[in-house]
Amino acid sequence: MAGTGLKDATAIVGIGQTAFARQLPEDERTLACRAVLAALDDAGIAPGEVDALASYTMEETDEVELAKAVGLGDLTFFSKVGFGGGGSCATVAHLAAAIAAGQADVGVAWRSRKRGSGPRPWTGTAVQLPTPGQWTRPFGLLRPADEIAMLARRYMHEYGATRDHLFNVALACRNRANQNPAAIMYDRPLTREMYMTSRWISEPLCLYDNCLETDGALACVVVSAERARDCRRRPVYVHSAAQGLPAQHHGMVNYWNDDPLTGPAWTAARHLWKHADLTPEDVDVAQIYDAFTALVPLSLEGYGFCGRGEGGAFTEQGALEIGGRLPLNTGGGGLSEAYVHGFNLINEGVRQLRGTSTAQVPGAATCLVTAGEGVPTSALLLRS
Amino acid sequence: MLTPVTDADGAPFWEYAAQGELRVQTCADCGEPRFPPRPCCPHCQSFAGEWRPVSGRGRVWSYVVPHPPLLPDYAEQAPYNVIVVELADAPRIRLVGNLVTHAGAPLGSFDPDRVRIGTRVRVVFSGGLPQWVLA
Ligand SMILES: [Zn+2]
Repeated sequence: MAGTGLKDATAIVGIGQTAFARQLPEDERTLACRAVLAALDDAGIAPGEVDALASYTMEETDEVELAKAVGLGDLTFFSKVGFGGGGSCATVAHLAAAIAAGQADVGVAWRSRKRGSGPRPWTGTAVQLPTPGQWTRPFGLLRPADEIAMLARRYMHEYGATRDHLFNVALACRNRANQNPAAIMYDRPLTREMYMTSRWISEPLCLYDNCLETDGALACVVVSAERARDCRRRPVYVHSAAQGLPAQHHGMVNYWNDDPLTGPAWTAARHLWKHADLTPEDVDVAQIYDAFTALVPLSLEGYGFCGRGEGGAFTEQGALEIGGRLPLNTGGGGLSEAYVHGFNLINEGVRQLRGTSTAQVPGAATCLVTAGEGVPTSALLLRS
Repeated sequence: MLTPVTDADGAPFWEYAAQGELRVQTCADCGEPRFPPRPCCPHCQSFAGEWRPVSGRGRVWSYVVPHPPLLPDYAEQAPYNVIVVELADAPRIRLVGNLVTHAGAPLGSFDPDRVRIGTRVRVVFSGGLPQWVLA
């Protein structure tokens, strides 16, 4: 198997999730167990068959606790991916690599989070401020929103992108959430006036440019393509996978890079397309990491859907809506479905290729899923 | 207010700032300045570094205006500007800071609506922190 690559060697055969809400009564560990069991049930695979796990370094429920609680088998592979929301797709990529290399047979990736009701990392004042905090936090650049707004301002200045472009992103996500009963913003439409008159968080980013603070957990099950044929659901193949940490990158504060507006998406994309039979033109639907609206135009450029500087203009004329060139975040994304470090984008990608999305793109056969831009990232190219 | 919690690589920057000097870590072998500070030169892999003074003049590369919710000390001063300054004599070196009306003025002293990308600024110091005023 070695050297043959990941292309279509593995498939996602089960997805599971808890409810999403500002506040859920159960703790993160319990939510993690529920999501993992739901994903295994969806796949029709018994917990005792699981021998691989992958999650984020920021995940609080560790492998030992999870495996013990839900009755997993002997684990022969476990992995955690750093950099917060940059890790989502890499959890699946690590499992796919492990399974393709024969290190395991049944992998589960998961993320459980109580960000809606729990503490937010930037509120810590007593903790030591690590590098690069010493270079930013004393000056009041405190939150991820502030750090990304700095890049967004420069991007808008350099390329003429506007708040209307960012609104197009927020609107597409909200419109899809309005179709998704599981989304936090299911029954809450967004208008341009609401967007333009909302309060600032960090200018040029307003309230609706920011993701939702959410409690919830998700999981998915990865097996070999061969095994996938015998599972309960139609397999969704991992066609290509990549991580991206560019030379001289600085997570969140990439303005210290020589070329700050080409972030990790560019690096991940080069590897992703190099190992794919597909090109950006072949992508039917995209789930692009949207902790902040401004990450989307940067990602559209990085993953090659348009030229450099054209990410804002790409969002015009309904391109991101159903029926448009690239329907975006069809479950509502981090902006309007739930912000669970981007894992909901993976599960929604699977639903699209199963044909079971609440905002189904007719005939969707290929889906790009990305993890956080602005931090070391990852991406998956899924196909049915 | 948050004060810088320095690491071994960054400490000299803050020691010079406390003396009212802006210095940037520079490779002693190839002369390439680098920021943030680190043990080794990414261009020539030399571990020989020195801290060279820079003119303290620059231009605003980008800026944001944070609004609450913020940490209490910062919320009290919001909305305030945070700028990234590109140094005139080392354009690849960009420093986060605040554009204020004069040395020692609070974060919110310079009207955020008057900040522009490209605005020329120069460094001043207050309480060991660099600040920026109109050049
Ligand atoms: Zn050097």
